[in-house]
Amino acid sequence: MSWIVTAVVFWLAMWTLNVRLAKGEQTRFVKILVPTLFGVTLLVLWESFVRGFSISPILLPPPSAIAARFVSSLPTLWEDFVQTFIKGALSGYVIGCSAAFLTAIAVDRSDFLKRGLLPIGNFVAALPIIGMAPILVMWFGFDWQSKSAVVVIMVFFPMLVNTVAGLSAKDAIQTDLMNTYGASYWQSLFKLGLPAAMPFIFNGLKICTTLALIGAIVAEFFGSPIRGMGFRISTEVGRLALDMVWAEITVAALAGSAFYGTMALIEKAVTFWHPSQRN
Amino acid sequence: MNETVISAKNLSLTFQTNDGPVHALKDINLDINKGDFVSFIGPSGCGKTTFLRCMADLEAPTGGSITVNGMSAAEARMKRAYGYVFQAAGLYPWRTIGGNIRLPLEIMGYDKAEQAKRVANVLELVELAGFEKKFPWQLSGGMQQRASIARALAFDADILLMDEPFGALDEIVRDHLNEQLLKLWARTEKTIGFVTHSIPEAVFLSTRIVVMSPRPGRIADVIESTLPRDRTLDIRESQEFIDIAHRVREGLRAGHAYD
Ligand SMILES: Nc1ncnc2c1ncn2[C@@H]1O[C@H](COP(=O)(O)OP(=O)(O)O)[C@@H](O)[C@H]1O
Ligand SMILES: [Mg+2]
Repeated sequence: MSWIVTAVVFWLAMWTLNVRLAKGEQTRFVKILVPTLFGVTLLVLWESFVRGFSISPILLPPPSAIAARFVSSLPTLWEDFVQTFIKGALSGYVIGCSAAFLTAIAVDRSDFLKRGLLPIGNFVAALPIIGMAPILVMWFGFDWQSKSAVVVIMVFFPMLVNTVAGLSAKDAIQTDLMNTYGASYWQSLFKLGLPAAMPFIFNGLKICTTLALIGAIVAEFFGSPIRGMGFRISTEVGRLALDMVWAEITVAALAGSAFYGTMALIEKAVTFWHPSQRN
Repeated sequence: MNETVISAKNLSLTFQTNDGPVHALKDINLDINKGDFVSFIGPSGCGKTTFLRCMADLEAPTGGSITVNGMSAAEARMKRAYGYVFQAAGLYPWRTIGGNIRLPLEIMGYDKAEQAKRVANVLELVELAGFEKKFPWQLSGGMQQRASIARALAFDADILLMDEPFGALDEIVRDHLNEQLLKLWARTEKTIGFVTHSIPEAVFLSTRIVVMSPRPGRIADVIESTLPRDRTLDIRESQEFIDIAHRVREGLRAGHAYD
């Protein structure tokens, strides 16, 4: 019972503190402190309730057990991370996004492609592409290449649709200006089309970080060598080692946030001029 | 000195819209000579912007013809015959003020040193020296408009087309820029096409005033100014000035009676 009481007292204390902080002056420190306290509270509640109600570690292991497992399995986690994130997700992300970017430029130039390819793109983007994973594993083998292929297909159309939208974001006067200068197509593209498209392009790049990670992990459920985050999750669930499953989920969450955060930082530097980024 | 620079013959432009055809311009005939300062004045919707855009090959006429420097408007555009100042500044927000003015120079292939020299020159001219490194959104609307004028002046085009460039500015700034523009015109001997709403502005600046009337857009009157080319703001108190302004006003009224 004492675990539950501790939990409730801690929760109330943190809540009061956070409400105070949120009302007070919003310094940089406070802005980081508030969500941190929130996260810590969540972990403490989790730990206390699991212990207080004696919940089976198979249903939900306490955070302390997950942390212990995380630390003791670092080499395995790292190996899985390299296999799934670096080899599978990142390579697919780079290939898929670059291909979509180049295709978008072609689409923007050709009315035929715009009317033919884009509706197909919207259709394909709405399909549950992950259903293709078993087929791609058959085509490209068990190793990371097939995971990369799944990721390429998953990120391609969202990136394409966003970039095409971005390339038509320039306004009429800005385009007229280029015409009055007698600018060539490429001059116009590099000095107007692409800069104006950047907010949309980064929107696509950010959405695709999440898709890439999901694609690479889930594709491993359909066959993989004996390493990788998705492989580990599916086999450890079978062995009821849920603390390891959660440790992998932690890695995925950290990698996903870092990936998204990196793109958001680059976006801030590139599109500093956009009203949504100015402060 | 009477060399024709822009020549419109039976120029017509009809926009096909969802509400049926709009006759923005109908049978316009006009010759603009080298070194002229021609103002276009008329109620809104009478086709002033459309006419200017036809000269710039930003709009394709549906009838008649227009030549610029003896070429088609399209050829003249590719030869960078004119600078165009739009009603809105249209600066690129990802470029600094200096970067925006440098844009046409980069496209036209001026070398780096020349670019820097010209940017500094035109910034001086529109009194924005010191703002080169600022971004457009850090400047007031009036300053942005001045930057857009500087951008059109940075390269050597002997025609300058301006669409209500001072429309959004207050009276004092406007007077000042009008004087600056006249000085610039005298110094560079550019041919200027200038759209305005304001009768005093048109009379003060122009050697010729083209009064237009709407639906369909056509020329109601062309008034040759008798004012000397070299003028200062106080000329606006002279009888001659008042007489010309009166004639413009009459022209505008007659145009309206068409409806
Ligand atoms: N792109 C366009 N499409 C359809 N109608 C237009 C377009 N541009 C201008 N018009 C119409 O043409 C007429 C003349 O417009 P405009 O040249 O802008 O007039 P002004 O500059 O004298 O106010 C107006 O009736 C306007 O609505
Ligand atoms: Mg207009």
